[in-house]
Amino acid sequence: MKLKLHVWRQNGPNDQGKLETIDAPSVSPDQSFLEMLDDVNQTLALEGKDVIAFDHDCREGICGMCSQVINGVPHGGQDRTTVCQLHMRKFKDGDEIFIEPWKARAFPVIKDLVVDRNGLEKIMQAGGYTSCHTGGVADGNALPIGKPVADYSMDAAECIGCGACVASCPNSSAMLYTGAKVAQLAVLPQGKIEAAKRVMAMTEAAKENGFGNCSNHYECQASCPKGVDVKFISKLNREYMKALVK
Amino acid sequence: MQLTQSSVGRKIIMAVTGIVLVGFVCVHLLGNSSMFVGADAINAYAQKLHSLGPFVWVFRLVMLVAFALHIVFGIQLTLENKAATPEANVQVKRLKTGFGAETMIVSGLVMLAFVIYHLLHFTVQVPGMGVYEMNEATNMVNVYTMVVAGFKSVLTVIIYLAGMFFLFLHVSHGFQSLFQTLGLSNDKSLPVTGMVSKLVGFVLLLGYIAIPLSIVFGCIKL
Repeated sequence: MKLKLHVWRQNGPNDQGKLETIDAPSVSPDQSFLEMLDDVNQTLALEGKDVIAFDHDCREGICGMCSQVINGVPHGGQDRTTVCQLHMRKFKDGDEIFIEPWKARAFPVIKDLVVDRNGLEKIMQAGGYTSCHTGGVADGNALPIGKPVADYSMDAAECIGCGACVASCPNSSAMLYTGAKVAQLAVLPQGKIEAAKRVMAMTEAAKENGFGNCSNHYECQASCPKGVDVKFISKLNREYMKALVK
Repeated sequence: MQLTQSSVGRKIIMAVTGIVLVGFVCVHLLGNSSMFVGADAINAYAQKLHSLGPFVWVFRLVMLVAFALHIVFGIQLTLENKAATPEANVQVKRLKTGFGAETMIVSGLVMLAFVIYHLLHFTVQVPGMGVYEMNEATNMVNVYTMVVAGFKSVLTVIIYLAGMFFLFLHVSHGFQSLFQTLGLSNDKSLPVTGMVSKLVGFVLLLGYIAIPLSIVFGCIKL
């Protein structure tokens, strides 16, 4: 396949940045999107040009590192798919593809498609610890947790922290991320002890780190590669109200 | 403090004041629909409201506070959201949100302008804006005449139709939004409240525009 790529090139957070058109003359439909970019970079390197900087790590859809807005949608718009799991067979010969970084004030561009997502880590840090008993290792069955509760918590814990929710949100809000992190612990006995403190601190950290406020567009769930549900935002709001009256 | 400064706290204020406001527009519509019963009905309804004395002012104060909080925090949150969002990508494709949700601040500000106009027109009764015929017995204007004569002007009808369209846009997103914000949503209920929200907006739109349109088409006349 022959493709025309419009790639965002930016040298740093203070650089203006602009789209650059790069031809990809021989793309295999079996390649993943990142492998296609690897090929393009190989050519650019051989020509002595600056390669396209992009984030990647596991390349099997679980690490949350790849972060590209492809044709206006974080991760390219294929349901529950990260960029690394997006394959070139989804595109047609002659297609023009726009590749841009996550855009949010809380995510300054480091270079090209690489953004600084430490804001999410700051929210997580603000969540603090969960109390646990010291001493011998507890028996596996000593703390009964019902299957629906365990499932609910695991659904929230599916979040891989990629930041697509922020990138897709018209308000650049990190509420789905924060909601998932709050909810996964709030329903478990281990997390309940600090639940009130945690929800307050994490909500505050989201604001302090420059993320916007949620106004219920639900774009986040639609673009989440793990399909994390916006019910966890409602859960966060519920936990927040409980914490307010405590 | 946290309620008036945090992200979620202010959204809770938006949701609670939203309930007051949407509750009011529903009750107001029920009251207004006595226009269809006749002149005596709407005049008696207006007289009944005025006879409540100090409660009218308590009610107006509650509405004013709810309205003001909803506007102030709405503008504040929107400005913060704009500040958190840099220049958009060249390509932006939305998957889920809609026109109503993306234009809440616009429909909200239009509603503010509309409410000011509406209050001047029918509550303050600024001389020259309408026909205010005093009823000597009750010492009140004839509401029926005021409304029917008011909608003889094409411009007034257009302003009211436009105002109600923006109310529809605002409510169709806002109604379901308050359930989510108050922590009452889950994956089962959200699609339902989403549809109910649009329905509530649409019923309010139809209900409210029925009055000026009935006057325009002569179903309600002096």
